[in-house]
Amino acid sequence: MSEVMEEKTLTRKDFVSDQEVRWCPGCGDYAILAQMQKVLPDLGIPRENIVFVSGIGCSSRFPYYMNTYGVHSIHGRAPAIATGVKSANPDLSVWVITGDGDALSIGGNHFLHCLRRNVDLKVLLFNNRIYGLTKGQYSPTSLEGHRTKSSPMGSIDYPLHPLSVAVSAEATFVARTQDTNIKHLSQILQRAAAHKGTAFVEIYQNCVVFNPTAWDHTTDSDVKDDNILYLEDGKPLIFGKDRDKGIRMNGLQPEVVNLSDVDEQELIVHNESEDNPHYAYMLSRMEDPHMPLPFGVLRSVSRPTYDELLLDQVDQAVEQKGRGDLDQLFKSGDTWTVE
Amino acid sequence: MAENPAVSEAFDHEHLADERRSVVILFSGDSGDGMQLTGDQFTNTSAVLGNDVSTFPDFPAEIRAPAGTIPGLSGFQVNFSADELYTAGDSPQVLVAMNPAALKANLSELDSGGILIVNTDAFTRNNLRKAGYDANPLEEENAFGEYELVKVPLTTLTRNALEDIDSLSTQARDKCKNAFALGLVYWMFSRPLENTVRFYQTKFAKMPDVVEANTRALKAGYNYGDTIEAFSGRVRVPSRAVVEPGIYRRITGNEAVVYGLVTAAQKAQLPLFYGSYPITPASPILEGLAGLKNFDVRTFQAEDEIAAMCSIIGASFAGSLSATASSGPGIALKSEAINLAVVMELPMVIINVQRGGPSTGLPTKTEQADLLEVLFGRNGESPIPVVAPATPGECFFYALEACRIAIRHMTPVFLLTDGYIANSSEPWKIPDVDQIEEIKAGNRTDPEGYQPYMREAETLARPWVVPGTPGLEHRVGGLGKQDVTGNVSYDPEDHEHIVKTRAAKVAQIANFISPLQIDGPEEGDLLVLGWGGTYGAIREAVTRCQAKGYSVARGHLRSLNPFPSNLADVLKRYRRVLVPELNMGQLAFLLQAHYLVEVEKLNKVQGRPFQIREIMEKIEALLD
Ligand code: SF4
Repeated sequence: MSEVMEEKTLTRKDFVSDQEVRWCPGCGDYAILAQMQKVLPDLGIPRENIVFVSGIGCSSRFPYYMNTYGVHSIHGRAPAIATGVKSANPDLSVWVITGDGDALSIGGNHFLHCLRRNVDLKVLLFNNRIYGLTKGQYSPTSLEGHRTKSSPMGSIDYPLHPLSVAVSAEATFVARTQDTNIKHLSQILQRAAAHKGTAFVEIYQNCVVFNPTAWDHTTDSDVKDDNILYLEDGKPLIFGKDRDKGIRMNGLQPEVVNLSDVDEQELIVHNESEDNPHYAYMLSRMEDPHMPLPFGVLRSVSRPTYDELLLDQVDQAVEQKGRGDLDQLFKSGDTWTVE
Repeated sequence: MAENPAVSEAFDHEHLADERRSVVILFSGDSGDGMQLTGDQFTNTSAVLGNDVSTFPDFPAEIRAPAGTIPGLSGFQVNFSADELYTAGDSPQVLVAMNPAALKANLSELDSGGILIVNTDAFTRNNLRKAGYDANPLEEENAFGEYELVKVPLTTLTRNALEDIDSLSTQARDKCKNAFALGLVYWMFSRPLENTVRFYQTKFAKMPDVVEANTRALKAGYNYGDTIEAFSGRVRVPSRAVVEPGIYRRITGNEAVVYGLVTAAQKAQLPLFYGSYPITPASPILEGLAGLKNFDVRTFQAEDEIAAMCSIIGASFAGSLSATASSGPGIALKSEAINLAVVMELPMVIINVQRGGPSTGLPTKTEQADLLEVLFGRNGESPIPVVAPATPGECFFYALEACRIAIRHMTPVFLLTDGYIANSSEPWKIPDVDQIEEIKAGNRTDPEGYQPYMREAETLARPWVVPGTPGLEHRVGGLGKQDVTGNVSYDPEDHEHIVKTRAAKVAQIANFISPLQIDGPEEGDLLVLGWGGTYGAIREAVTRCQAKGYSVARGHLRSLNPFPSNLADVLKRYRRVLVPELNMGQLAFLLQAHYLVEVEKLNKVQGRPFQIREIMEKIEALLD
């Protein structure tokens, strides 16, 4: 009963911890933190049932600022720790806060395996295409040729596409949003929270200090609408400042067409629940300058979660063998008695 | 009765038998020859008859090294006795060699006067070449002069016995030759066949023809012994006279760890979360626990060692009793996360089943060279309690004890075992479950005055508060922190204070553990001090030296961090201290550093346990 009461009375403030926030002024992390604190009271989850787990990096300071349970762990390992948390207590709402270096470089393995297992976790990847906390080295999402302190002649690594990695790793929920687009961000956080299974969200996040121009093409008001495709389930893929462009298939490739030339009927209709991952993968590969960047939910399919299956097996075992009895266990197999 | 002579008349010949207090048999053959199963059956039957038993299986490192070669050998040594046993025996008195490689590799170990049973059918040119023989040693005159050689065409005899079981292929029938060999050994030691027949019936329940074939081969082997009177005489090893009453079973160290963890979870009334990545020789713990889900055991086979460790930190944070196991290389990978557990001050158990190192090393062989790894193999000041059981059976108690320490003191705890005690077995008196003390694992729920790193005076443990508890929301992490509040702090005083507090917390565990027990004179010339799986060899060696009149005492450490509080005092009472270890002297190094004592070392790093005589020789050399 107290839970019901609390649900109603919780406000943004209840989720603000007493710790002083220490990101650089103007950092995109502030907006994400604020949206999270705004969204949580509406989810109807008791505050004590919420856990934030992070790794290492600027974004990973996040749990300290949330007045919930939290673990600020070690570099790259948050998905593995969160898997343990959720397996121990599936009633908890468990959020993983990570960055491009944390999730895709040092923690790549855990990231992949948490997605494929479909552990019921919400994984938010703050992508700023740079190592911020260590003061500006190139990251696994930095573009080729990016000049940083550790790549003075330009990065010679080919970048990873976080959404493509997620789709390939069997993710059941894959979405993208942005720190500056508060409304969209808040919608996507709510969608992620509502998904049962690993919900992966890539958030374009601005590192104002070390990579301030990374997302200009998605934030500058004169170009952003031509560069972003907002996905809506069941609706054709249309974008552009004047909503005059669409995407259709040309053979095996998507192409941008002008709606003045092409009938809307020919456009691809977004279907986020398409079970086959090909379509979501195709979306995940759409990139500027030739294609718009999809924002929104690329994929949302339902599959039993790891934590659910794990506890199902416990229940099944109890049903089949009865609740474990130590004495019986010890005496299974050959025994003998000494009088 | 006429149909079943072997089963019912097993003991009629007893009056003919020569009596011995104990015998060591080594079964050796190709890894596909079923030697583990054969040895296991002989051991079970002997244990049920009331002998003490101790076994030592020796597996090849490769799953299927080339058949017929020495690297492809799989061995099972069993020591069975009318008296209390501590080891699987230094050397066998009976060697069952299923092929030339088994003969070549093990003959030098066989005691002079020992019995050598060979499968002559396997001594083909090809097999001889693979074993590195130029000529067939069985054809050489007097080649085995000091042994009693029993040549048995095992394959042929087995085929003959199973001739009319048409439903099985020749290959399947040939597999039963181990049953024939076992039957022959059963005859030799006047053992009944019932146990093994029952075992075949259960194991192959779905394949009646396989049950029939094995049973028939077993009996044929038994009757063969009777018919040919191959041996100079049968041997009888009587049951033990004085054994503590109770119900017994055999147990390996890994099985005992599984039981200990499950028992701890039940006694703490918590679910058990076990996160692990497969690694030799620790995997049987994962497999064992995966079969016990009806005890609310949640097993997580992680993507790597790091994830396994991290998952148990998460599970512990969320309120489960949690544990992981690995071996040296995996512990190395886990070490960063282990340090997170140290600073988060959460209860969990990390098991290191040591194997030969460094690097991949000798995965299937035993060693004790990870003591310094678990104590010091991490960055920063990182105190972790370490407990080390001495025998397979003790693994039960110390797994339980490790969980108890972890929860009472809110700390990760290392349970250090090794390949030897993990895989070898001994009789285990089944404990009375009700007599096992509960583990108090209450989670704090009272928000009044709560601080994440407030501490209990006696243990310095912080409260275990789990998510889901209203009003106690808090954040913990790996950054430097202030004691009591747990807030991030880089303040020099705060840092030094919490580092010292963690050290004091672990040191204080000494107030809760048993003092070191001494066997032998309370003071004198020599103390032999050991730890872990060398217990049996040390104990037997010291007992024999004492019987010879040497003044020597013995102690065995189960807690390596902290050391028992009486250790300093004990060390002072002897003129010399000998530390036998399967490493280059790691405990010796610690003792010298902690107590400024001079330590005599006996070290062996061959991937094998100590032999009793090796330790006796050292003791005698020191005292003569
Ligand atoms: S370095 Fe960049 S990402 Fe880190 S806090 Fe500053 S602006 Fe934000």
